[in-house]
Amino acid sequence: MDIKKEAVLLSQYTLQTPVAIMEVCGTHTTEFFRTGVKDIFPQGLRLIDGPGCPVCVTSNDYLDTAIAIGWQYHCIIATFGDMMKVPSSYSSLSKEKSKGLSVEVVYSPMDAVQLAVDNPDKKIVFLSIGFETTAPAEAVCVLEAKKRNIKNFFILPGNKLTVPAVKVLLDSGEVNIDGFILPGHVSAIIGKKAWDFIATDYGKPAVVAGFEDHDLIRGTLLLLNLITHANPSVVNEYTRVVRDDGNPKALEILYSVFKKGDASWRGIGTIPESGLLLNDDYASFDALQQFTPDVPPPKEHPGCRCGELLRGVIIPTDCPLFGKACNPEHAIGPCMVSSEGPCSAYYKYGRK
Amino acid sequence: MDIIVPGHGSGGKMMNDLINNTIKSILGSDTIQIDDSAILTVPVHSIAFTTDSYTITPIEFSGGTIGSLAVNGTVNDLAVMGAVPRFISCALILEEGLPIETLKRILISMKEAALKAGVAIVTGDTKIVPKGKGDCIYINTAGIGTVENSVQRRPIVSGDSIIINGTIGDHGTAIMALRNNLSFSKGLSSDCAALNHLIQDIIKHFPDAIKFMRDATRGGVASILNEITKGASFGAKLFEEALPIRDEVKGVSEILGIDPLYSANEGKVVIVADSTYANDIVAIMKKHPEGADAAVIGTITHEFPGKAYMQTTIGGNRILPVLIEEQLPRIC
Repeated sequence: MDIKKEAVLLSQYTLQTPVAIMEVCGTHTTEFFRTGVKDIFPQGLRLIDGPGCPVCVTSNDYLDTAIAIGWQYHCIIATFGDMMKVPSSYSSLSKEKSKGLSVEVVYSPMDAVQLAVDNPDKKIVFLSIGFETTAPAEAVCVLEAKKRNIKNFFILPGNKLTVPAVKVLLDSGEVNIDGFILPGHVSAIIGKKAWDFIATDYGKPAVVAGFEDHDLIRGTLLLLNLITHANPSVVNEYTRVVRDDGNPKALEILYSVFKKGDASWRGIGTIPESGLLLNDDYASFDALQQFTPDVPPPKEHPGCRCGELLRGVIIPTDCPLFGKACNPEHAIGPCMVSSEGPCSAYYKYGRK
Repeated sequence: MDIIVPGHGSGGKMMNDLINNTIKSILGSDTIQIDDSAILTVPVHSIAFTTDSYTITPIEFSGGTIGSLAVNGTVNDLAVMGAVPRFISCALILEEGLPIETLKRILISMKEAALKAGVAIVTGDTKIVPKGKGDCIYINTAGIGTVENSVQRRPIVSGDSIIINGTIGDHGTAIMALRNNLSFSKGLSSDCAALNHLIQDIIKHFPDAIKFMRDATRGGVASILNEITKGASFGAKLFEEALPIRDEVKGVSEILGIDPLYSANEGKVVIVADSTYANDIVAIMKKHPEGADAAVIGTITHEFPGKAYMQTTIGGNRILPVLIEEQLPRIC
């Protein structure tokens, strides 16, 4: 069907009672705004932002550790651009860079390996942040570094898994969520089936969706139909990319390098088996095992509500700091600076 | 290989040779007046006067060099006021170690750009900075244009059309891709071009139609619209479907998480004009090589006064906020 006709269907969708849906993924948060789909939501439909921005859920002590390693071991910190302005407990990579810390923005983890090859007398620490989507690429880099016997490349493991986080949200019952829009890119790796528990164990519907305007419209319509007909199933809208079993090859590579372990999530705390740590075979690439920096105790800004936001308890505009003390120029929490952060999206696109 | 050395800034023979044999001979022995200032004759009461400094990495790129960028940028700043660009100055700050061959290529591209735009480079200056104190080459230019028509600034009202002379975001995206050695950036090229002939042609046909125009450089199209709507009783609305954006630019921007509407252009003018003339203005633009992809991309409205926004393909609206700082590429 023509996308514009579907847009009209969505905007005129009749809801008997108010409905709250959660988009798990940070890219969805932004795209709902950017495409204008959120602007045509029918009355009574509310979008709750989930824990799917990898930068946002990274706890302060991770960046504190990265900065400490950088200074104390004279390393080059290689990072995706998103991390630059994220506040740590006391500073940010961007601020430390102005003070002279070596920080290089890379576009792919392989660029960080190349940085190690090009600077044989320097130690390169790559900030390995992200979900299942980017973790296989990071695994490939570690494999490559091992194969080429590169001794000056390290990663600071910070990768996380989305499924355990969604389970924690459902278990807590803190927020009433009628259905989920599930991350397309993550699902391309882990497969649609990895989400079936939402329907079977929790009796809620969910739709795996892509990121273009038609995906968002179609995905939301599918989800509203499932909710309206009280049909708890997990449906795949993004069939052009996502398979039931995901990408077994990518998963095999991923788990040849990483193993599951505890991870600390901003706002949620430690979730068992929700992080990716390096297997023992690759310990020589693990910055946490190779360096023992003196890291100051982490601290949170007292007013920052990024944690509640990432649990879906509030939306950005509920935070008293939003747009006032916390803005893109002087961010207090990561959700304001990451390009996938809900506060950043609300700040950029949500204020009419 | 000949390179720039401190002696080139000494004030002695080396400097004079560089100026006479390289700089002046390329930029224009006939136009450059070697004296403390150039004496210019203009046939009008009013002149437009502008200055700009150019720093860019890399200094040579697909579609231009820092030299053509400097000439075209200065020409465009004059042209968008409705002035006819006439004279340009060229002050070079050269870093020790810059190969003379590279300098020559940049000067040649400056000269070619000046010839194409019909401006004369009339005066200049050369300074040398030690290795590490500059980024190969910086260029400062000043430009003088003659004001032969009325200045192209008139009150903007609801219903006016927003027009652009071609594809959006080409320069900024090409440079960002180059800077970062993006392997997937093939086909990207800067749109660096002088717009004075195109703009003069529009003014000649429709002397009173243009309300406002500006070349959409740093900050891109969205930033211009934010400037004109700031504090105003009207808003600027773009239509996503009407925006001319190359597929390559869309692709690279999507991967990097940047928005072409905020990426720099170096050969694009955004015009707000009386809607009666909008299609005719586009038709005139299309007669020029710099206007091949010209289009009406939006309208001035009463909705959301003081804001720039876009009606997306599916009919929703989204705000085009004021850019806070440099766009940074994202994670995945």
